[in-house]
Amino acid sequence: MEKMSRRKFLKLGTLCAAGVSAAAIGASSVASAATTATTGTYQKNVKRLKGTAMGMVIDMREIDSEKIAELQKVCHAFHNVPNVPNEKDEVKWIWAEKYVNLFAGETTERLAEKFADKDFVALCNHCESPVCVRVCPTKATFTNDQGIVLMDMHRCIGCRNCMAACPYGARSFNFVNPRDYLDEVNYAYPTRMKGVVEKCNFCAERVAVGQLPLCVEAAGGAISFGDLNDPESKVSKLIAENFTLQRKINLGTKPKVYYII
Amino acid sequence: MYKPTKIIIALVIFLAIVTFPIWSSIGSDSVSPDVEISLDTPAINALGDDASCIYDTDYMRANHMKVLSEWKVEVVRNGNRMIVTEDGREYLASLENTCFECHSNYEDFCLKCHEYSNVDPSCWECHLEPVTDSNVSEEV
Repeated sequence: MEKMSRRKFLKLGTLCAAGVSAAAIGASSVASAATTATTGTYQKNVKRLKGTAMGMVIDMREIDSEKIAELQKVCHAFHNVPNVPNEKDEVKWIWAEKYVNLFAGETTERLAEKFADKDFVALCNHCESPVCVRVCPTKATFTNDQGIVLMDMHRCIGCRNCMAACPYGARSFNFVNPRDYLDEVNYAYPTRMKGVVEKCNFCAERVAVGQLPLCVEAAGGAISFGDLNDPESKVSKLIAENFTLQRKINLGTKPKVYYII
Repeated sequence: MYKPTKIIIALVIFLAIVTFPIWSSIGSDSVSPDVEISLDTPAINALGDDASCIYDTDYMRANHMKVLSEWKVEVVRNGNRMIVTEDGREYLASLENTCFECHSNYEDFCLKCHEYSNVDPSCWECHLEPVTDSNVSEEV
């Protein structure tokens, strides 16, 4: 066989390399065209509750400890919130809190007993300037178009920055596998796994189909839910007509849960 | 020391060995998986001959994970909970509340293929596999 000159060899080699890379580029563009897959459009349910700043007004004059326990039971049962007996590992979306903790720094030195001893409803405040959203490194927690602060459990890496940031203690970490502590399982809603943070989601899955949050339904009128930006909404009217409190307003998180004491 | 004949023969043998998995399966039946998945669930039987998935079977078989991944983003992050197919059918984009209403047989449907293809989707760490005697039987 005739010996190939170096020049000829390099020419041929370059051509081959160019051919191989062109084929690879062609193949990958075909492959990526195939991955943009679904045929269909996504829509919001027409019945969804309207609003850009969903908030809550809780009339504490009509809610006692038993009622709070009932609200918690309804909420936790639907959302598969585990009932972990160890207080260090407990997970809660809605719970009972004393006035001195709920309104820390805004109480008086001689608070009337009927307020000091009373249990108050506490839950995520779905702040308009949520600190948890700012500190989340993966954007797992975010504010949706209705002003509801949500968790994308698929993204949570369990760093707990949000728990350190939240001034309301509204977030719980799954230190244990939550499935081991479910009294009853609701198959219409997923559970969580060990190692993620969770909190109240203002029943976003119900709001999306035009239903009120479960605690609002269970409270029988003592809790109202609606758009704080709409002056005609029930919550706006209640706030306009009553003396209301928000939790730790001086921190600037703009909580959207209002209390009538 | 340049011995083209020997080198070329060796190269051909080498390529033949390296590409063995590709050419050995050409024309043989072993390319189609030896997995029988079951569509025998109360909900699917009730639909009878009209039974159809959101998309056609071949598409779903190859792309259900992409569909679900897309739902995950659309539902959780964009709040778009309805999917309308090109031919106008509407579905709630939900694994628990849509897929499992028909495919209530996790063991004979999802798991069969996942085991065959040796995949272990992390979906099931949170999403609950359907249990036939509680949630699904009520729906039918």
